[in-house]
Amino acid sequence: MPDPPQVAMMPRARLLGLMLFFLGPAVAVYTAISIYPLLATMALATYKITANGDYEFAGLSNFTTLLTDPSWSKPFWNAAWNNLKFFIVHMLVQNPVGIALAGLLSLPDLTGKSVYRTLIFLPTMLSVVIVGFAWNLILSPLWGVSESLLKDVGLGALFAPWLGLPSTALITLALISVWQFVGIPLMLIYAALLNIPEELVDAARVDGLGQLRIFAFIKLPLILPTIGLVSVLTFVGNFNAFDLVYSVKGALAGPNFASDLLGTFFYRTFFGNQLQVGDPAMGAAVATVMFFIILVGVCIYLLVIQRRLSRYTF
Amino acid sequence: MKQTNNIVGRMAAAAAALLAGLACAQAGSIRIESWRNDDADIWNSQIIPAFNKQYPDIKVEFSPSAPKEYNAALNARLAGGTAGDLITCRPFDASLDLYNKKNLVGLNDLKGLDNFSDVAKSAWTTDDGKTAFCVPMASVIHGFIYNKDAFKKIGASEPKTLAEFHDILDKLKKDGTYTPIVMGTNDQWESATMGFQNIGPNYWHGEDGRKALIEGKAKLTDAPYVATLKELATWAPDMGNGYQAQGYADSQNLFSLGKGAIYPAGSWDISTFRASAKFPMGAFKPPLPAGATDCYISDHTDIGMGLNAASKNAGDARKFLEWLATPEFATLYGNALPGFFPLSKQPVEIKDDLAATFVSWRKECKSTIRNSYQILSRGTPNLENELWNVSAQVINAAMTPDAAAKQLQDGLDKWYKPAK
Repeated sequence: MPDPPQVAMMPRARLLGLMLFFLGPAVAVYTAISIYPLLATMALATYKITANGDYEFAGLSNFTTLLTDPSWSKPFWNAAWNNLKFFIVHMLVQNPVGIALAGLLSLPDLTGKSVYRTLIFLPTMLSVVIVGFAWNLILSPLWGVSESLLKDVGLGALFAPWLGLPSTALITLALISVWQFVGIPLMLIYAALLNIPEELVDAARVDGLGQLRIFAFIKLPLILPTIGLVSVLTFVGNFNAFDLVYSVKGALAGPNFASDLLGTFFYRTFFGNQLQVGDPAMGAAVATVMFFIILVGVCIYLLVIQRRLSRYTF
Repeated sequence: MKQTNNIVGRMAAAAAALLAGLACAQAGSIRIESWRNDDADIWNSQIIPAFNKQYPDIKVEFSPSAPKEYNAALNARLAGGTAGDLITCRPFDASLDLYNKKNLVGLNDLKGLDNFSDVAKSAWTTDDGKTAFCVPMASVIHGFIYNKDAFKKIGASEPKTLAEFHDILDKLKKDGTYTPIVMGTNDQWESATMGFQNIGPNYWHGEDGRKALIEGKAKLTDAPYVATLKELATWAPDMGNGYQAQGYADSQNLFSLGKGAIYPAGSWDISTFRASAKFPMGAFKPPLPAGATDCYISDHTDIGMGLNAASKNAGDARKFLEWLATPEFATLYGNALPGFFPLSKQPVEIKDDLAATFVSWRKECKSTIRNSYQILSRGTPNLENELWNVSAQVINAAMTPDAAAKQLQDGLDKWYKPAK
């Protein structure tokens, strides 16, 4: 019986046919749903809308307006800066807390592990409208429990209408988002920690290290690739964030655009707001710039950080 | 085999029923887009059944969106072709824009349109006055609704001047049982609509001021507008604890529960409070600033209804619009939804005493519409959104009234060149 044809020795046509057969459907779906809309958005961004609703080609003028005309660039850079703050809060709170919780959950003799896992992951599965509504109610100065809870522990003076003050609105929303999504870094890092073979931990124990040092010197370096992945996902997710701010503060992302993110800025531009009519072409320009911001961020990560991470396989 | 036949038979029957149902749905059903989600109950229990008495074969569905999202959501639906057959029209430019983009149909030939005065129709007519594109439904009046029990407790009567108004606020604050002014700045629009546009007409003398702004003879940095903003800024200490995070629904609830004394209102709030407030309510018109003699009220042509150009059931939709122009609808609407005052030429007897109080001010004071709605919100930034932004900031003490007025005028100057 002759050997079945090896891939390396296959006639070229057959090889291409096989590739098309196996990759074709996925490429087709991905192109239709992801690549075509992206290119169409970039194309739309090069048009302008005239007074009676027609589109006329305008080259890069939408981008120049967006980045240089103060009435567009001020809100745009405000939204971009807010988005950066939003991302920094996530990196400083969500990921360390997720890593710490994953470390705790991966301790060998912890009772009720699955209960903790479920409870911490539960908010991620809640609808963002419910999360927004519930936290709005909790933090409400009129009906919320947060003021009375703080008073009970003697910290009543700390209470303020955080969602309504320009200085605290964004941080509060970021923390609500952290609460909702801490389950994701938790699960990813927990899975990575489970992959670490017991022998390494046992050897460390024999050498006399306590649990904390084992985590810091043995487990943490081994899960750095996963932490990198989580950071990139956080970055992309945050710069695309929209739904929480929209559901809590509305499209105007008040107070005075203090909680305005690139997503809500895009929504207002594209769909309009109250008497302001929507401008799809300018909205497409905003979306394109958002895409490039995220692309630059991810490329920086891939070129600077990802290359230097050492991966260990067991 | 028999089982499969059974299943196939049932599926065929179901498919036939579905198709028949769809066909019926196409024939005699229309959908109404609106921002009045608060009124959904009354539409479904009173207004639509009244229409069905005359036209039993037409099914009407009232499908409202939240007021803040209405314009954006409606535009998205119109662009996507999924909007309803009848569109509730915002006054002036928002709907004019829809007409210019061919989303609304001209209604000059609609039976009954001459039941409305030119002033009523002006909010829904093209600039040259030739084509009407929405049937006027109602106007709303601004004022202040108050808790009569609260006033009795401090022995106050309805204030006629701002000095008396502040006197009452001080007494209420000292008493401490009631929140003096029930308003928040979280949603921003109340600061502009129930604050700025409510007390403002007394300062800028109603239509005179509004027309002067449009003609370029007055600027938003002039004294009347700065004075209005200054007055708004004085309300902050009398608003609830944490008012910066208090939204519109919170304010409505706070007042309905009897925890607040004075609610800066648009008359559309009357039906909401009638349903939930258990205490006697009264209303007073905006108090006069010192030295003013003439009073002005914001009597704003607020709500109309137009026909979606892409409607699949234009015939039935037109029948509904013709019914809107009848005196029968005017009486029904004015009484089912007290606070919405029908715009038809025939006078309508308003039975609700709070609404009757509001409409009685038309006899004592001169009416004006909100100054940001005609022409001045056509560009970017539009005056209405800017008013929301600066009014909320002024009340939050995040911006001085002078800086606020400057921002308004600078924004207008960017695109508005009044024909000299």
